[in-house]
Amino acid sequence: MSETTETTETNDLIRLTALQMAERLRVGEITSVELTQAHLDRIAAVDGGERGVHAFLHVNADEALAVAAEVDAIRAAGGAEAEALHPLAGVPVAVKDNIVTIGQPTTAGSRMLEGWMSPYDATVVTKLRQARLPILGKTNLDEFAMGGSTEHSAFGNTRNPWDLDRIPGGSGGGSAAAVASFMAPLALGSDTGGSIRQPGAVTGTVGAKPTYGGVSRYGVIAMASSLDQIGPVARTVQDAAALQELLGGHDAKDSTSLTEPLEGLLTAARQHDVTGLRIGIVSELKGEGYQEGVLERFREAVTVLQDAGAEVIEVSCPHLKYALGAYYLIMPSEASSNLAKFDGVRYGNRVVPEEGGTIEQVMGATRAAGFGEEVKRRIILGTYALSAGYYDAYYGSAQKIRTLVQRDFDEAFSKVDVLISPTSPTTAFGLGEKIDDPLAMYLNDVATIPANLAGIPGISVPGGLAEGLPVGVQFLAPARGDAVMYRAAAALESRLEQAWGAQLWAQAPELDDTRSTQPVGVGTADRTAGGENR
Amino acid sequence: MSAITREDVAHLARLAHIRMDEQELDKMSGELAVIMDAVAAVSEVAGDDVPPTSHPIPLTNVFREDEPGEMLSQEQALAMAPEAEDGQFRVPAILDGE
Repeated sequence: MSETTETTETNDLIRLTALQMAERLRVGEITSVELTQAHLDRIAAVDGGERGVHAFLHVNADEALAVAAEVDAIRAAGGAEAEALHPLAGVPVAVKDNIVTIGQPTTAGSRMLEGWMSPYDATVVTKLRQARLPILGKTNLDEFAMGGSTEHSAFGNTRNPWDLDRIPGGSGGGSAAAVASFMAPLALGSDTGGSIRQPGAVTGTVGAKPTYGGVSRYGVIAMASSLDQIGPVARTVQDAAALQELLGGHDAKDSTSLTEPLEGLLTAARQHDVTGLRIGIVSELKGEGYQEGVLERFREAVTVLQDAGAEVIEVSCPHLKYALGAYYLIMPSEASSNLAKFDGVRYGNRVVPEEGGTIEQVMGATRAAGFGEEVKRRIILGTYALSAGYYDAYYGSAQKIRTLVQRDFDEAFSKVDVLISPTSPTTAFGLGEKIDDPLAMYLNDVATIPANLAGIPGISVPGGLAEGLPVGVQFLAPARGDAVMYRAAAALESRLEQAWGAQLWAQAPELDDTRSTQPVGVGTADRTAGGENR
Repeated sequence: MSAITREDVAHLARLAHIRMDEQELDKMSGELAVIMDAVAAVSEVAGDDVPPTSHPIPLTNVFREDEPGEMLSQEQALAMAPEAEDGQFRVPAILDGE
């Protein structure tokens, strides 16, 4: 009987929002150790085994509990140090595994880095440590963040908590699935073409890509440096805003980070008010190629915003139809250059050919064995786009498209405050469905890519379900307009939740405890990808 | 523009230092041809009057004082090396027969 009660309490605890957790910690109703342990228990219950979610590549139980205990001790002691605690202190967080961490392996989902331990922390990790958020572990991703389904991870795919036979999106499927299944209230993601927002859309969670430069990228393993951005993954818009405020600000170690911090995000997310806000529907980001159920939820979202007092017009960004093509030239070009450093010389797994060989042959064998198919595809594509005779036609032309896309957005934002579109053209597709069709996989990113090309912020919020699967609604705002983006997103979220009578996740299916199918010894203890073949 | 051929892919794989067998070259060249076909329109859109954008947020050079900061110790830097010797990275021979 008492066991049942305890389980119910734990279930309730992990279903709170991050800000609710923070408030309960602040008033002393719960401890961070309890809260962190509840999440570790949840990870042990639903992440492992044959039918587990498999969001985590590494679970960092000991360190997380130690940090939690520190927070509890500081709070218990009271005084100035307790007063100075960050509002999110003691709320656990998960970190995408392409963000480097001292004391935990960082693999980027690649065999190349299997077992690699970073000698330094990413700036965002330093910020989490300074604010004393217990880090639960490292989450799964498509190898080097290249993909839209997390199936390109060298350490097995992640499952979508809404339907375990479907993809959780990608590349940040691990972070999104962890948050969607209450294994973590908050997580970090990275978004080069939609890797935070699309997983958010298909798992019914919130994911935001800040303005380019809004969050330091020091310590994220770079894919395409003119597009990459770190951002928050959460279950609510306010939680995402609070986490972005924690992560953001200038960093001398990333000279592309904005000198002025993006402020007022949480305040904007608390506003819930869109009276008089001008919202533009992007003509080019709907219609052909979009699933009917996705469009239905999208149209409802627009109606809800209109009813809430927003002024909605349709705007055209005619060059967006070339954005996907430009992206799939710029991104592989930059990736081919960024990934040149993985050559088995200074770190990473060196592979020596059987017959031995020169350093060049060793590099060739190392990269053949260390990289998966999608990574190789992008490196070759990028090498091609940058090669003599093709540079102007491909990389050069793509950069001009980028200018045209930016001009389209400038024009649109002269008429409206934010833009709105579906986040992803479809709901979560089946595991394995698109793995052999790279182009079909790329088309998933059609609505998210333009924001990366233009450097503007974007967020995906749950818009409801289509045939039982989450649909995401995306808001885009002008560069440095993250606050108005959060305001619009929060307004939609609160109106929809009123209509549903609860948050969307109340409709998510219960996950089975998979522990009975796990080998003995795999539980809350530290667990690391690589050894086990999952 | 000419289509990407199997020979192109073999050449690019050499440039990118990725060893590929015959089967991989066949598969990769087929896939890349489809992808390049889908993105080719990019080269026909913008005229000479459109400047390229390499960076989404305009930035000029960022300068800072050249001051010593935190750094990795030799031990830290070599800790994850595939092979190290006498405080240095050990690499395979650069040239044949050495």
